[in-house]
Amino acid sequence: MNNLQIELKQVTAGYQGHTVLEDVSLSIRHQDFIGVIGPNGGGKTTLLRVLLGLIKPFSGTVHYHISRKEIGYLPQISQFDDQFPITVHEVVHSGLLTGIRSGVLKHRSCNARIEEILDSVGIRALQNRSIGELSGGELQRTMLARAIISSPRLLVLDEPNTYVDNKFEIELYAILKELNKTLSILLVSHDIGTISPYIKSIACVNRRLHYHPSNEISEEQLKVYNCPIEIISHGQIPHRIIKEHQQ
Amino acid sequence: MEFFGLFEYGFFRNAFSAAFLMSVTCGIIGTYIVARRMVFISGGITHASFGGVGIGYFLGVPPIAGAAVFAVIAALTTENLTRRKVLRNDSIIAITWSLGMAIGIIFVYLTPGYAPNLMSFLFGSIITVTLADLIFMIALTATVSLFFMAFYRTILYLSFDEQFAKTRGIPVMLMNYLLIVLVALTIVLSIRIAGIILVLSLLTIPQNTANLFTNRFGGIIIGSIIIGFLSSVIGLYVSYVLNIPSGATIIFTLVVMYLSGRLIKFVA
Ligand SMILES: Nc1ncnc2c1ncn2[C@@H]1O[C@H](COP(=O)(O)OP(=O)(O)OP(=O)(O)O)[C@@H](O)[C@H]1O
Ligand SMILES: [Mg+2]
Repeated sequence: MNNLQIELKQVTAGYQGHTVLEDVSLSIRHQDFIGVIGPNGGGKTTLLRVLLGLIKPFSGTVHYHISRKEIGYLPQISQFDDQFPITVHEVVHSGLLTGIRSGVLKHRSCNARIEEILDSVGIRALQNRSIGELSGGELQRTMLARAIISSPRLLVLDEPNTYVDNKFEIELYAILKELNKTLSILLVSHDIGTISPYIKSIACVNRRLHYHPSNEISEEQLKVYNCPIEIISHGQIPHRIIKEHQQ
Repeated sequence: MEFFGLFEYGFFRNAFSAAFLMSVTCGIIGTYIVARRMVFISGGITHASFGGVGIGYFLGVPPIAGAAVFAVIAALTTENLTRRKVLRNDSIIAITWSLGMAIGIIFVYLTPGYAPNLMSFLFGSIITVTLADLIFMIALTATVSLFFMAFYRTILYLSFDEQFAKTRGIPVMLMNYLLIVLVALTIVLSIRIAGIILVLSLLTIPQNTANLFTNRFGGIIIGSIIIGFLSSVIGLYVSYVLNIPSGATIIFTLVVMYLSGRLIKFVA
């Protein structure tokens, strides 16, 4: 019964006194697969930062039933300096850090593990490249490898499909579906149409959070949740676009 | 005078030792600064330290000690204000940079008589390095080397992605503050060699030369140490033979090394 991993209760959070998330509650349980959707600036990334303990909420509580180090994290691609002198192998290795000295202690013994993970995301051949020599999709795969190498119990992914080609996107979701047999996943995406077959529930985030315990959602419900996003379905044109409602 | 004959002079032995020690320290710290794009912050710390030089003259304490205090305060302040987003990062740097210089200028002016060795703080003077300077350099080189050896992976990974390192349980803030203090102290002791005006080149040119040939963090450190040491010794010797300022000659040698590196890369 007690398969709760993290509980957010009435969390209000933001930056420098400016509120981004208001009165947000969410429970993450073992083997959940939650799709997090919402408009740009709606607070999806901020929600993940609160979950990861990277920012403290202004009010409300975050209760952890698993260790914070058991969360694997794939940040939204954007803040990386692609000229930074680091290799793919090293980036993935950094996923094994667990404290200040762990990297030094384990480096030799974990090469096999790194190669295995790189194999599973299809970039083993690139392990000695520096990250500046990667395409966007290859960088995204590197970040996925870094997120999963520590065998986390919860995997938190911030738009992992950015820059990824269609072929790897399908592969990515297949990998996630397989991983979901043993761990829970929180997946931020703009593309609810594509992730819908894989996820089990939906969290609409636009300042407030509306939890929707099903993998399908209608335009009407999105409207009720005040969550103005496009429902994109690959291959189906034209898209239906939902008008933004201001309260 | 033949190169090895110079070792008979105490001043040259000191200069040679200083060149070696600071090449190691600057090789390591410079790689950190360059990789993390902290060159401008380092410029701010460097110039802020002049405030301490001025107060040192005024109070009659060693100016280098004043410089160290000012550099560390400037480093911690810049780091803290940047984190808290009180002001734009580059504006904070410009303010500490010029405020430190202003304090220095006022106190040098207020100091009765003349300020000995003022020029050596501005332009460096490796040939006047004293035994006391060397002792500080040995202590700093040992500290920096051991710190980076012990925490090499942690430093590399947190520099690449601080947020991620935090999620892995690394005390990121503590490490950032410790590292910026080491940066400040490295700058202050390097001022003995190249002076406030020229010191940044010791922390950036060897790194960029090494970076022509390797993309590895560790590779850049090793390469920078070798390039920095060769350039310092060559610059020192040339400055002695031609009787021109040592700091400027060392910088000039570093640039020649960089351009040769580019040429080798272009030809190869
Ligand atoms: N570090 C920060 N400091 C200050 N404000 C921030 C910071 N990060 C985000 N914000 C602000 O918080 C709001 C929510 O941002 P957030 O990144 O959580 O949105 P998001 O839903 O992830 O958007 P996107 O779809 O564009 O990734 C935005 O208005 C943004 O400008
Ligand atoms: Mg985001």
